[in-house]
Amino acid sequence: MSKARLMQGNEACVEGALAAGVRFFGGYPITPSTEVAEGMAKLLPTVGGKFVQMEDEIASMGVVLGASLAGKKAVTASSGPGISLKQELIGYAAAAEIPVVIVNVQRVGPSTGQPTAPSQGDVMQARWGTHGDHPMIALSPWSVREAFDTAVMAVNYSERFRTPVILLMDEIVGHLREKVELPEASAIEIYPRRKPTCSRAEGYEPFTPDKDLVPNTANFGEGYHIHVTGLIHDDTGFPIGSPKITREVTKRLHEKIDIARDEITHVEEYFMDDAEYAVVAFGGTARTAYEAVANARKKGIKVGMVRLITIWPFADKAIKKIAEKVKGILVAELNYGQLVGEVERVVAGKCPVELCAKYDMTIFEPAEIEAGIDELVAGGKA
Amino acid sequence: MERSFEKYFRQNRLPHLWCPGCGNGIVMKAIVQAIEKKGLDQDKTVIVSGIGCSSRASGYMDFDTLHTAHGRAIPFATGIKLANPELNVIVITGDGDCTAIGGNHFIHGCRRNVDLTVVLFNNSIYGMTGGQASPMTPTHKKATTAPYGAIDRNFDACRLAEAAGATYVARSTAFHVQHLTDMIAGGIDNKGFSFVEAICQCPTSFGRKNKMADPAKMMMWMRDNAVMKAAWDKLPDDKKTEEKFPIGLFYNESETDYATAYNEVIQIAGGADK
Ligand SMILES: Cc1ncc(C[n+]2csc(CCOP(=O)(O)OP(=O)(O)O)c2C)c(N)n1
Ligand code: SF4
Ligand SMILES: [Mg+2]
Repeated sequence: MSKARLMQGNEACVEGALAAGVRFFGGYPITPSTEVAEGMAKLLPTVGGKFVQMEDEIASMGVVLGASLAGKKAVTASSGPGISLKQELIGYAAAAEIPVVIVNVQRVGPSTGQPTAPSQGDVMQARWGTHGDHPMIALSPWSVREAFDTAVMAVNYSERFRTPVILLMDEIVGHLREKVELPEASAIEIYPRRKPTCSRAEGYEPFTPDKDLVPNTANFGEGYHIHVTGLIHDDTGFPIGSPKITREVTKRLHEKIDIARDEITHVEEYFMDDAEYAVVAFGGTARTAYEAVANARKKGIKVGMVRLITIWPFADKAIKKIAEKVKGILVAELNYGQLVGEVERVVAGKCPVELCAKYDMTIFEPAEIEAGIDELVAGGKA
Repeated sequence: MERSFEKYFRQNRLPHLWCPGCGNGIVMKAIVQAIEKKGLDQDKTVIVSGIGCSSRASGYMDFDTLHTAHGRAIPFATGIKLANPELNVIVITGDGDCTAIGGNHFIHGCRRNVDLTVVLFNNSIYGMTGGQASPMTPTHKKATTAPYGAIDRNFDACRLAEAAGATYVARSTAFHVQHLTDMIAGGIDNKGFSFVEAICQCPTSFGRKNKMADPAKMMMWMRDNAVMKAAWDKLPDDKKTEEKFPIGLFYNESETDYATAYNEVIQIAGGADK
């Protein structure tokens, strides 16, 4: 462990990305994500990497995809309106299977919303923001240290699955300052860029999937003469107007994430051993939910907390297991109600699911979630 | 007989999807002839395109090729060049791709002076989507979205590029193939943002609407109206009619390119050896 430092969540995210091997950043300033760009501008050149401030968020997304194709691990960061602008090229990254990490430090929306205020309103945008069928990986940290860890994970997953990964931060964690000890470089596992497994002469095809359904696409400049397009393409990389290929490619894009779902769906449980009720929360809200649960325990309520670190793919298995053992679930989120729909889908009526929503610029008070727990207990099944 | 430029094409991807008489093939060939002339390493050259008929050229060219999204070729190309400055990066874009949806990226690409060579296939129309007006459709010309003639004023992309900071700006046409090849080759030589406007014909979507459905006629129009820069400069104003336009090298100044400038940042930050 390195020496303890006082650090902001956004700064920890920069440190994590660099530790995971990121050497390129393109971005455009927007509150509350700006410190990510500023940190990158300062630190990237110290490790021989490059930072470029682009003319808008669309260009920021394009420039990082170009850098990634040329072999550099690349990140962009934004919030609210900027994340909306990035959507078309997030889809491009999914379709063309380009590793990239998009940091979204969520703020209140829609539109300009409340620029400096916290929110968790982009849960569904993270999953469905771009058009068409595609899988998505999104991770959400609840502490400064975890901002570092999830940044490392996000970069690793983007490389391993050759897919865009969203680091779904919120203003609470992004601007939170905590004392953290970051791991030594040697203790950090890094997933390297995948490499072609055969030569051009041996019939290399850049999008032929490996056993894990992920292709070993070459970087530009390595002599493979690959073609990359956002059109549906076959293993050669060239577009093809075939129903069969369209079906197969769409299926594979989903399955490459699906088959690894257990491994990439991180969930933490607190006070759950004997719990009769569960609070489901994530990101900055989970900090308050934890306190609320601890307070309720003091009052004698057997309640626990389930914290989602991986938001997408959704933790179906973990939530299903909980639903089988508790009398009721409370979903606390800083929005009008987004994640709760997923919880309801998975719980499928096995126990009541209640929503504790907040969408007024302010973060939860523990008492608000405690009140939600009390209501759940009063109305839950006997 | 194998012609020397053929090695730059993916033979198994041809024939191309363009209409008979389309000018895109001529401009594409001029690009590979410029590449050949400059002796660029085929393994270290990347072709980046946007979306449009013209942007389909990347798929036919035997390099690392990237067919991006509509308007976004320049940001992708910027990322490639900065990530690996040893790569030669050539951008293929259309008049709509470059000056409408990609207009902001275009001017900022010029301003940053990233070492890219951008070839704009100017057919004065949105070819791929069937003939809608573009920002480079001349005023009064017809398009499916300007059935009574365009009232919008059109961009002069060369003047725009120069004003925005491009360090090499030239124009030629699909009729003047050798000249076009030279203009592109000059752009490849320039270490900085090079912009070459290649005027070319779209008989299908532009010609038919504007009484020039015959591709040969469209090329004769280029022959008759293009004026070499030196002659243009001497031409009295009353001879510079609406149809006439200058071709040639308009601007070329040496300025530090973005990747070189960034290397200084890396030096200052102490990251050079990492
Ligand atoms: C975001 C987006 N908007 C619109 C389109 C539809 N579209 C495809 S090509 C094109 C116009 C192309 O015109 P130009 O750039 O001049 O290229 P050309 O086909 O003439 O070579 C348009 C509008 C698209 N693909 N993406
Ligand atoms: S529509 Fe026009 S630009 Fe497109 S291929 Fe046909 S002639 Fe060429
Ligand atoms: Mg056009």
